[in-house]
Amino acid sequence: MKDPVVAEHPADTGDTGVERGASAAPSASEAPIPPTQEAAAAKAPHVRPGDRIFRGLATGSGIFIVVLIGAIGLFLLLRAVPSLGLNNANFLTSREWSTGDVGNMRFGILDLLLVTVVSSAVALLIAMPIALGIALFLTQYAPRRLARPFAYVIDLLAAVPSIIFGLWGLLVLGPQLTPIAESLTSALGFIPIFAQGNVSIALSGTIFTASIVLAVMILPIITAVSREVFDRTPVTHVEGAIALGATKWEVVRTTVWPFGKAGYVSASMLGLGRALGETIALTIILSATAKTFGWSLFDGGATFASKIALAAPEFNDPRSAGAYIAAGLVLFLLTFLVNAAARAIVAGHKEYE
Amino acid sequence: MAKRIDVKELNLYYGKFHAVQEVSIAVPPRNVTAFIGPSGCGKSTVLRSLNRMHEVAPGARVEGSVQLDGEDIYASSVDPVQVRRTIGMVFQRPNPFPTMSIKDNVVAGLRLAGTKNKKQLDEVAERSLRGANLWNEVKDRLDRPGGGLSGGQQQRLCIARAIAVQPDVLLMDEPCSALDPISTLAIEDLITELKKDFTIVIVTHNMQQAARVSDQTAFFNLNGVGQPGRLIEVDDTEKIFSNPSQKATEDYISGRFG
Repeated sequence: MKDPVVAEHPADTGDTGVERGASAAPSASEAPIPPTQEAAAAKAPHVRPGDRIFRGLATGSGIFIVVLIGAIGLFLLLRAVPSLGLNNANFLTSREWSTGDVGNMRFGILDLLLVTVVSSAVALLIAMPIALGIALFLTQYAPRRLARPFAYVIDLLAAVPSIIFGLWGLLVLGPQLTPIAESLTSALGFIPIFAQGNVSIALSGTIFTASIVLAVMILPIITAVSREVFDRTPVTHVEGAIALGATKWEVVRTTVWPFGKAGYVSASMLGLGRALGETIALTIILSATAKTFGWSLFDGGATFASKIALAAPEFNDPRSAGAYIAAGLVLFLLTFLVNAAARAIVAGHKEYE
Repeated sequence: MAKRIDVKELNLYYGKFHAVQEVSIAVPPRNVTAFIGPSGCGKSTVLRSLNRMHEVAPGARVEGSVQLDGEDIYASSVDPVQVRRTIGMVFQRPNPFPTMSIKDNVVAGLRLAGTKNKKQLDEVAERSLRGANLWNEVKDRLDRPGGGLSGGQQQRLCIARAIAVQPDVLLMDEPCSALDPISTLAIEDLITELKKDFTIVIVTHNMQQAARVSDQTAFFNLNGVGQPGRLIEVDDTEKIFSNPSQKATEDYISGRFG
């Protein structure tokens, strides 16, 4: 029954069709002129000096940074390879780390990898929902006058040096967490992650403390990026939802969240990247232990970065330094993978727009 | 279903800015009323006050009353969300929800209102898409995203979404300004059909469009930049375009304005 209606349209618009055709004709005859001029300009050697200088500078900077990163990677690899050759343990699966006797080095990254990934993952688990809440509050619920200063305070959190977070975690937060940690182990100790750890809970130098400090440290970056993304939800979509009779929460659910979801996930990946590489705060907080990681939040240990930072005295010998450089390379690859994942998610997001 | 609208002594503000002054207008049911006038004269603002969208802007304020069949939608006991569920709105730029399928877009309003019955949702989707003259074009791809349609189809999808909840009134804010002439005609034909069931208010910059689709036309104007917009006159469309009572109206529709 609708077909006749559709069929009528060409007939109805016959006049406008003629008009459009007529208006298109002059522009078509004009069109060839500019391209020929442009083509002539392209062939002519009239490139202005400013253009040439700027292009040279920009290209040079681009090449420089690529060469620099390549050189760093190559240097790390060249320094790591000899030490890997001297390694008497499996680098990827061993949990040992003894590089003091350079004649018999035994080192593997498994323990470092596990402690790094677990502490960062727990930090992410804590920070993600809180950051989401803050970002939605700032963009959707907070009055404009409050949102700006509030966002500024969150950004300030990102400017706090990691050493301060480390001291705070060790001296202020840690002791406060001890009773909570003790009640968790006694009540839920039968679950491996809450089991009694390999360091003293009373000293609070556990992955538990470290993860909470890391969560606070990555909160600002996740919040700031998510807030930007949520803020860019097209007004037309929001108004469409409101006009359909959506409540505030329904507007968030039908427009803001679908639009900002990918951005939020990639913001979280950025936060994860920062947590994985965080050095000084964890060096201060985590209690060293000779025992291996036993999948408990109340274990101590070391991450890639904190292990390397603590080993500075061993760097005078290139053979033991090379072992740490090899561990650093693995950390570099790990953060690279996380960032690549974040980029892939953002790229997928572009199709949506 | 279709209800009459009575606007009485409406004053609209954005913060301290007095945007619209003393507008009173009556819109009969099953009738198309067109709002015309120069940019900034407040016609869209008045339209947005009819479903309480005006107050969504920060600092926006409303004085006066808007009655739907005698009931003031600005009464303190009235929930603005409920008002918007009974008054449909179509915007200048087509705005289907990009992550939703065509069908989910159409029934989005019903879902918000709590309808979960799948069979009922399917029926409403088909009825609304037929009502918006879009069914034949999309019936084979109801599960594809709404953003994949052409601009004109997207706008008809938005109309389908608006009429799916069986609103009392349908508000249209320059619904054709982003569309080509063929899609515009499709929408105009649709407005004429929808008039049988709904009270329609349409804002348009296209005076030929106002003349083609509306029964009654309201002309808005403003004395100068920073001055509030006012309703100059409202009358039968035929009279406004042939023999308006105000000189300003005649100047505007004959192109002698400004």
